Amino acid sequence: MNQEPVPLIPLARKIPGEFTVNGEHFEITYTGHKTLLEVLREDLALTGTKHGCELGECGTCTVLIQGEPQLSCLVLAQACQHQDILTVEGMADGPALHPLQIAFIEVGAAQCGYCTPGILLTAKALLHENARPSRQQIKDALAGNLCRCTGYIKIYEAVELAAARMRGEHAEPLRESLYGY
Amino acid sequence: MATRRGIPGETGQSKDKTFSVVGTARPKVDAHAKCTGQTLYADDLVLPRMLWAKLLRSPHPHARILAIDTSRAAALPGVHAVLTGKDLPIQFGILPVSQDEEALCREIVRFIGDPVAAVAAVDEDTATMALELIDVRYELLPPIRSVEDAAKHPSPQLHAYADSGNFHKLVHLEFGELAEGFAKADLIREDLCFYEGNTHLPMEQHAAVAHATPDGKVTLWSSTQTPHYVHRALSKVLEMPPSRVRVIATPNGGGFGGKSDPFNHEMVVAKLSLVTGRPVKICLTREEVFYCHRGRHQALMRIRTGVTREGAITAMDFESYLDGGAYGSYGVASTYYTGALQTVTYDVPAYRFRGARAFTNKPPCGPKRGHGTPQPRFALEVQLDKIAEQLGLDPADMRLQHLVKANTVTANYLKIGSMGLGPCITKVVEGSGWKERFRKLPYGRGLGIACSSYITGAGLPIYWNDMPHSGVQIKCDRGGGVTVFCGSSDIGQGSDSILAYIVAEVLGIEPLDIRVVTSDTDLTPVDLGSYSSRVTLMTGQAAIQAAERVRAMMSGPAAAKLDVPSDRIVFGEGRVFDANVPERGMSFADAVVTAESKLGTIGNVGSYTPPRSPGRYRGAGVGPSAAYSYSACVAEVEVDPETGFVKVPTIWIGHDVGQCINPALVMGQVEGGVYMGLGEALMEEMAYRENRNVVHKWPSMLEYKSPTTHEMCDVITYLIEDPDPNGPFGGKEAGQGPLLPVMPAVANAIYDAVGVRVDEVPLSPPKVLKAIQAKAAGKEPRFGPSSVPLVPWPEATYVPTPAQGGDGKSRPRNTVG
Repeated sequence: MNQEPVPLIPLARKIPGEFTVNGEHFEITYTGHKTLLEVLREDLALTGTKHGCELGECGTCTVLIQGEPQLSCLVLAQACQHQDILTVEGMADGPALHPLQIAFIEVGAAQCGYCTPGILLTAKALLHENARPSRQQIKDALAGNLCRCTGYIKIYEAVELAAARMRGEHAEPLRESLYGY
Repeated sequence: MATRRGIPGETGQSKDKTFSVVGTARPKVDAHAKCTGQTLYADDLVLPRMLWAKLLRSPHPHARILAIDTSRAAALPGVHAVLTGKDLPIQFGILPVSQDEEALCREIVRFIGDPVAAVAAVDEDTATMALELIDVRYELLPPIRSVEDAAKHPSPQLHAYADSGNFHKLVHLEFGELAEGFAKADLIREDLCFYEGNTHLPMEQHAAVAHATPDGKVTLWSSTQTPHYVHRALSKVLEMPPSRVRVIATPNGGGFGGKSDPFNHEMVVAKLSLVTGRPVKICLTREEVFYCHRGRHQALMRIRTGVTREGAITAMDFESYLDGGAYGSYGVASTYYTGALQTVTYDVPAYRFRGARAFTNKPPCGPKRGHGTPQPRFALEVQLDKIAEQLGLDPADMRLQHLVKANTVTANYLKIGSMGLGPCITKVVEGSGWKERFRKLPYGRGLGIACSSYITGAGLPIYWNDMPHSGVQIKCDRGGGVTVFCGSSDIGQGSDSILAYIVAEVLGIEPLDIRVVTSDTDLTPVDLGSYSSRVTLMTGQAAIQAAERVRAMMSGPAAAKLDVPSDRIVFGEGRVFDANVPERGMSFADAVVTAESKLGTIGNVGSYTPPRSPGRYRGAGVGPSAAYSYSACVAEVEVDPETGFVKVPTIWIGHDVGQCINPALVMGQVEGGVYMGLGEALMEEMAYRENRNVVHKWPSMLEYKSPTTHEMCDVITYLIEDPDPNGPFGGKEAGQGPLLPVMPAVANAIYDAVGVRVDEVPLSPPKVLKAIQAKAAGKEPRFGPSSVPLVPWPEATYVPTPAQGGDGKSRPRNTVG
């Protein structure tokens, strides 16, 4: 059998870092090669950010960095120091949920809920740019977020509902969306 | 949206009853947690001193393990334990008849990805490095790559227990007189169809955490749809009494059938925790999830059907050839399912089914949404489209005229209860403008129709026993809160919510006043799991029974206190009151206190066992169900004749769900089913390199194509409510059935658009283009298989049909009148 000696593996180097997540300042030491996804989940216990591939393929790990949707599995944590990072845990204002969260709850846009955090954040960035997105613009914005449960339809409806409410309109879920035609 | 009270006009209605909770759209009980990042999935769990596990997987499709040297890995600093097959020698598997899996392979590896060793280390990086220090010497063996290979090479066998050579399972069932049926036919068609397998692709990678404690017990948290079956398998493999093993199913980030088997990694982390005395976690990589698979079987099918001039079926002969992959999994059931449900949509007076499942050196196939029935449904519905064309009939009308009748028994002894397929067809025909547009759209655009049916829960459990399939326990708090305990697992479909709605309906309280505790083998009564679309019906009936028993307990003391006869006591709107004088009453909480003062702790249990099926022949266990759901689908397509690219702008779908418990959740299931069906129709395939060889072509989410927002179509949904007496408040399934008609509807629409038949799934551009080119060259305008392998079919099990006076039992053919 293989007689080569066991290689001496250097202990993973921990480095100091400062992160601003959901408006909260964190000073931590963390393994320097970690992605933002890993630091959020493993070092900051913000497990609301999920992962489906860790290869940048599914959009599940999307967070907002300086307001822009980014795949946290493809970003080194080191590159995100001193930037504003928003995760799903930071969407609500205290106990008051974000209109997108409320709309997703009302129309049933979250089934297994695993892709939901990434989609909520992507949608939040869209509505910040465009208060009145068309259905096609919503599809374009969410094209990088896979969902295997919903067929995306309840997600579009929830984004449209939240957008209307954020514009100050009185809006309710469509009857055919909840009960069929 | 707050939960609503039973306000007239806003309540769900069935034919003869008004509900206060059932039938009204409302949020799921876990929706807030899921939309705020608070739901804890398996990989979100962290325990103090937790170690990380990794599996070393075989790089060869078929090989003998000559030696494994783990000494270098064990010597790596940070490594706490290394396991090989000898540490976990007991075999397991989901079905009692195929206990053919090992936690870690001991002698033979059977597919690329089969695990051979495991490591627990202080972190994931160290565990990954340790894998590279494990030295395995293999002797390569020739792989079985396909069903044809399995037919040609009966030896060496992948598993000695196979029915014949490398055919895991061979089935041959005959119901009634096939020859007589074909003799009555005006037209007999034979078609070959091929369905490339595909996989579930749940967004969540499988993960598990095990914690063995010094008191001699072990707890496993796992993303599983079937904690009860994992509990049994884990107890067996660890050689520990079930009373000392606890399995908790965490909320599943999508299942679709892919988390229904007991898995290697679950056994391994439990053993690693026992060996190290520390909690151990594993989270599979996405590539490993592709190797776990258990997805849709690849199926080659031959269907021969006789029909009258009017399109009535006189006889059907169906064959399926399944590539099962390396292990049994649910394969025996999958094989039977490819032949079971052909009879429950249109009347089939005489029927023969032959099914073969081959063992091959590929990741094992198992149950994916629709379990074994989408493949034959595709073949049947595409063939009916061809038959309608040949007979000059409208395919929608032809189907409508030959529907199975409600409350009948099929030729293969499946008992049909409610049957709402007719209204489903009518709705999608009207909605899609079928009469005005079918065969009238310009070249490149088309409409297609298909129908389907699915079981609402398998009639038999996975392992033979006489116990209930589902149990529910209810505990009432003095403050009016109610806790519902049930072993069912929420995989996103909303099964936790269904328990809350149903108990709220019976006890007349708000769902928000109910806490649901599920999926914990120590705390919750057994429910068999989230598979076969069984949960709403079975846990629902168990919950109704438990809640009605609680209501009965509480009625007496309340009646005594109110001084009214107990049969006049009504539970509603959070109160317990006199039906004749509604003001005379008390709050639900006061009624609990009143009852507890008199009787002691208030709680009760309920359970459910499906009705016994009339079939008594060998193989009759697969197909029976308490109720069948029905779906009809019209798909519109746009085909680019230059590229073969198919775009689906709209799908109309009607689904007979019996009675919606929560219509919003039914809508979500129907739309999600259409989505998954569209993915199967257009692009999803578990493809292997080198002409269906053994190396997975693309074990990644980027390369395994699934629909994004850009490919997903609009869905127009019609919910048909035809309450079934066996369903809770009349409810039937919605989770799997609506997927089934999508693939054939798209195929039939492609024919309407460009006049070619693609008898394969997925209906990918190269196949469509080849068919278009064949048509242009004056050849048969078709793409599809042309032959089937030679299979050593066993003698038929002959069963006279109900119409022949059969009693459900098989008998030698010559004794029949």
